[in-house]
Parts: sequence; C-alpha cells; structure tokens
Amino acid sequence: MNESGFPVSRRELLRRIGMAGGAAMMYRSMSALGLTPESGYKGPIELSAAPRGTSVLILGAGMAGLVAAYELRRAGYDVKVLEYNNRAGGRSWTLRGGDEYTELGGFRQQCRFDPGLYVNPGPWRLPYHHYAMLDYARRFKVPLEPFVETNYNAYLHSSKAFGGKPQRYRHVHSDFRGHVTELLSKSVNKGALDAQFNADDKQKLSEALAAWGFLDRDGRYVKSDWTSTSRGYEVDPGGGLAPRQVPSEPIKFDELLRSGLWAYLSSPFDYELDPSIFQPVGGMDRIAMAVYHEVAPLVQLNAKVVKIDQNERGVEVFYVDAQKGGAPQRATADWCICTIPLSVLGQIEVKVGPAMSAAIRAVAYEAAVKVGLQFKRRFWEEDERIYGGITYTDLPIQMIGYPMAGQNQGGKGVLLGGYIWGISAFEFTAMTPEQRVRKAVELGAQIHPQYKEEFENGVAVAWHRSPFTNGCFANWTDSAREQHYENLCQIDGRIALAGEHASRLPAWQEGAVLSALDTIGRLHQRVVAAKAGG
Amino acid sequence: MNALLYRLSRTARVALALCVLVPIPVFAADEEPPPLSPGSLFGPSPSIHSDGATLYRSICQGCHMPDAGGAKGAGAYPPLAANVRLTSRDYPVATVLFGRAAMPAFSDYLTDAQIAEVVNYVRSHFDNHFTDLLTTADVAHTRASAKPPGGSP
Repeated sequence: MNESGFPVSRRELLRRIGMAGGAAMMYRSMSALGLTPESGYKGPIELSAAPRGTSVLILGAGMAGLVAAYELRRAGYDVKVLEYNNRAGGRSWTLRGGDEYTELGGFRQQCRFDPGLYVNPGPWRLPYHHYAMLDYARRFKVPLEPFVETNYNAYLHSSKAFGGKPQRYRHVHSDFRGHVTELLSKSVNKGALDAQFNADDKQKLSEALAAWGFLDRDGRYVKSDWTSTSRGYEVDPGGGLAPRQVPSEPIKFDELLRSGLWAYLSSPFDYELDPSIFQPVGGMDRIAMAVYHEVAPLVQLNAKVVKIDQNERGVEVFYVDAQKGGAPQRATADWCICTIPLSVLGQIEVKVGPAMSAAIRAVAYEAAVKVGLQFKRRFWEEDERIYGGITYTDLPIQMIGYPMAGQNQGGKGVLLGGYIWGISAFEFTAMTPEQRVRKAVELGAQIHPQYKEEFENGVAVAWHRSPFTNGCFANWTDSAREQHYENLCQIDGRIALAGEHASRLPAWQEGAVLSALDTIGRLHQRVVAAKAGG
Repeated sequence: MNALLYRLSRTARVALALCVLVPIPVFAADEEPPPLSPGSLFGPSPSIHSDGATLYRSICQGCHMPDAGGAKGAGAYPPLAANVRLTSRDYPVATVLFGRAAMPAFSDYLTDAQIAEVVNYVRSHFDNHFTDLLTTADVAHTRASAKPPGGSP
C-alpha cells in the first residue's frame, strides 16, 4: 500500500488500465479517481480596462496562448504573441490534403487526403461539460456536430478470443449485462440478499433486473425475440411477406468472461466520454483558427524562443527564426504569459525562482500516436453499417475511429486507423511515418479485411516526434502534482505559465483554456493593483 | 517474418551497427520495424526482444533518432552518440528507469535485463566505446536503491 491508499500506485493502476483499454479507459479511471473534475468555467471572462500602455508578451499560439491574447487584447492590453510553428493552433490541429508535416529527425509527410477529408492528430472531441471550449465555439460561430463516442454496431476485438473475429459492441454489451443480471436475479430468488432487502424491495429489485437485463419470466437471459430487442436479431423484422424475424443467439457467459472484451464496456460510463460530445464541423483546428482570426496581426510565426529573462521592470525574450536560425531577436513587455509545453520550456533558459524552475522540469510527457487512413470507399458504412464511433482492439493500434462527417453519402473516407498509447506508442514513434501507416493498415485488416483492397494513403503523427511539443501532454504523477503544481501556477515576478500542463484536466483543450483564463485573471488583478498602488 | 529471415536480417543489422561512424541512419528507413509488443512489457518474447539493438530500434530511436544523433525543434533530444554523460553507467540506467525532466520513466515497461542490454548497447555503439558493461544485477540494484525524483514511482 502506498501513500494514496490504493494497493497499487494510481499511476500503475492507470498504466494498466491504459494498456487494457486505451486512453478512453484511462480517462474514465482518472475521472473516478477525482483527477478530471468538471470544467470550472464561469462564463466569458470580463476584465476591467487595462491600465493604458500595459504590454503582455505571450509565448505560444495554441489554445491557451490564443485565448489569452484575445481576452487581454479585448481588455486593452498591448499584446504580442511568439509562435514556433509556421501556423497557429498548436496541438489543436487538423491535417488535410496538401498539408505538409516534418517531424523531428526530418521525416517529412505530405497529406494526400481528398478535399473535405481530414484527421485530427491531437484533440478530437469536446465533452458537453467542457463549457469554455463550447463557449468559444459559440462566440466565434464555429459550427459543431455530434461526435459519436459509443457505437453499438462498432466492434470490440480481441486477437485471442472468438478466433480473432471482432464482436459487435451491441452483443457484448447486451449479453454481459444480461448474464450478470440473471446471476443477480438468481441470488435474489435464492435469498442471498435477504439480510439487505425486505420482500417489497426484493420484488422491486427483481422487476428492475428483468427490465434492465431483458430477462424472461423465469429470470433467464436466453435467445428470444425479447433479448433480440436488445442485442439485435439474426434476421431483422421486414415488410409485407418477408419472413418473420429470427432471434439471435447470445454469446455464452463463460466465453464472454474469458474473452476479456467486457474490459471495454465501461467507456460510455465515463464522465469525459458520455453523451453529448461534439466536434467542430470540418476539423478540430476550426476553433483555434477562429480565435486566431481575431488576433492574427499580433502573432509572429516561426519564432523559436531561446531565452526568457525578467527584472523588476519587465520581461525580455530572445527568439530566433525557427526555419532559418540566425541572430537572436529581442522582444520586451511588461508581463509574459508563457504557454510553451514543459517538455520544451525545461530546456530554455528561463529566469524564474527555484520553485517554478523545479516544477517546469518535474513532469514527463506522455507518448501517443494517431494514424489517419484514406480509403477508396466507406466500407465500414456500406458493408458493416458502422456510422461513427470507435472500435476497440487489443492489437497495437488500440482503436479505429470512424468519421462523423459525410455519413451515408458514399465516396471516400478517412478512418482514424490507430490511437495508440503506452508501449505501442513508443514502438510506433520509433518507426518512420511510412512504417506506421503500413503497420496500421496491416493490423487494421485483421478487423476490416477490406483494408487490403480499399486503402489509398495515410499520415501518422507520433507526438514525441513533434518538433513543437516533444510529447503529447504533461503526464503529472500524484506526487509531482502535490509537490510542484501550485508552484507551476504562480506568477513568478512578471512571468506566468498557462496551458494544459498548468491545469487539472491534462491533455484536454478545456484544461488549456481554463488555465489561460485563470492566469490572465490573476495577472490582471496584479497589474491593476500595482497601478493603483503606484 | 520467419525465424530464419529474422536471424539473417538481425545479422545484417549487427554488421551495420558496427559501422558506427557512418553519418547516415544505421538502419534503412523502409526496413521492417522490430516486432510489436503485445503485452505489458516490451517484447513479444524474451528471446526475441531482449537484445540491445532491437530495444534501441523499438524505443529509444523514437526520440534519440536511428543514428543516436538526437534532434532539434522548439526543444531538443540529446544525442546519445559520443555522449560523455554515458561515462557513468548509473546515469543512463537511472534515466531509463525513472525518466528525466520530460523523458518518461521506463521502469514499468522494461525488465532489468532489458535495461542492461540497451544501455550496454548504447554505451558500446554510436561512437561510444565504454567497455565496463552492466549486469542485470546492477540495474536491479539501481531500481531498488534509488528513489526517483518526486517520490513514489
């Protein structure tokens, strides 16, 4: 037993769960452990007028930097933003046909998707309780569409169960619930719960179990029209003189238990992933781009920060041209909000106190890989009737995500051919982009044999090869958070940090935005107070 | 890949790896990557995946690059090639076990034997010529005695 009171450390627990079920499961568990609370967004931030001529230099034009720039500008600050990439948005990023991406090591990819098709290498969904992100989408008129997280007709797949044949989520879900409910119903009838319930309660519980598990009059979960209303039919009901519907045969309980597929069933119970979830129409970068549109003249792209200095009068930041290098240039301001990921910031000379300095270097960055694959036709819809949602697999690709846009319209489509965490993420990162795509196609073909015929082209983003982040997101341990988090979030002289790493919603854009809003709120108070005092 | 082919390509790789001064990546870009790990530790089976060269290709080169030359973007990954910090055997072992700054810890993913193999490999390749090799027991000792920075693993 360790300090957290869990028999294994939380991190170990999360690691195991992450391995078994991928990120969705990991997030679900983080919610259960109180690590991902509801958004603290309280509506649009209203800063009073900034003292005339007060300047703020913002480092990084991802969601945190863009929101900070927009809101501070709105309050009347003189704002300038330095961004390493030759585009704004940071990890709020979408790859479309014609886009080029060169990762660390010089491995270059050109996205060859058809017009209208895309993949989001970073964040791809907006839970309904991420109020800040939803609010910025609304304020900037970015249309959203539903993101189907759980699709009952998508697959759960284990290479070691059912002869490697993928199972419909619907079947696993209905049968597991049915069998467990039958067990519980038997226990009630055998008096196993008599100490807990009186006769009335037992009656109610039996009724509830029968309704919930689709049990028959004898409390059994068996092949019938009734259970088929839950798990689906062998032959669906038809019209006119079409044959009568044929009920389907449930999977046997012991076989289901041994398959391990039940491990994926709890993902729709996840606070982070339960309906409703949204995505911006056309790609995740639409929200960041809408904010960028408001502040673009303030943003200098291709600016690689090499030194951050401060004294009692202001901040001084040195940067070089990210493409051409050359002599450092200098930017000055009264204050600085730095949203550079800790994985990069930890390597830059920053003049802050020892507490913040230690905090900056206290967090490892998680590995993750996403693969986008374009196919000649939408076989998952046409052949398998899968419209959106996610297939989970024990193969190293871990997930296959089906597109939400363009459903049932025919034509080409782009699948998320892998969303990869843990060990497999390190292994995919170590490959060339071409190898990653090839592997994702090879593995995915075990679930969708159509891959072999229909595959056209693909892109693969391994976050540890990302030149602008050196990793996916700040993977705080409990002990590091306890020791360093508050130090990281302080205003150190004239410098304050913001970003998903300075939030309690790691990896989520909501965390980045809430962090930016919290930081600029506190900074503004300090500026106003300093002016009043002096 | 069948076993014979695998052994052949492995021989070829070892031969290539010995040419440590070539400036290009040691392994051809379109070569088949090492087998993927199915379980909670690196390696489809200990007999295949425990050699340092394969572990390097499966994990380390993701950041430190196929030629161990490191990489530079907004930040950097340090080169492991000709790196004097590898003079100490304990420094790379502790780094792999517990991570360092933004580098993730691998103590949960790699066995002591695998860490010894991969650190020995790096310290004797890529223009590093250290001959004092680590044993599994050395790694076990570091794992047991050293407290990772920031508390419990």
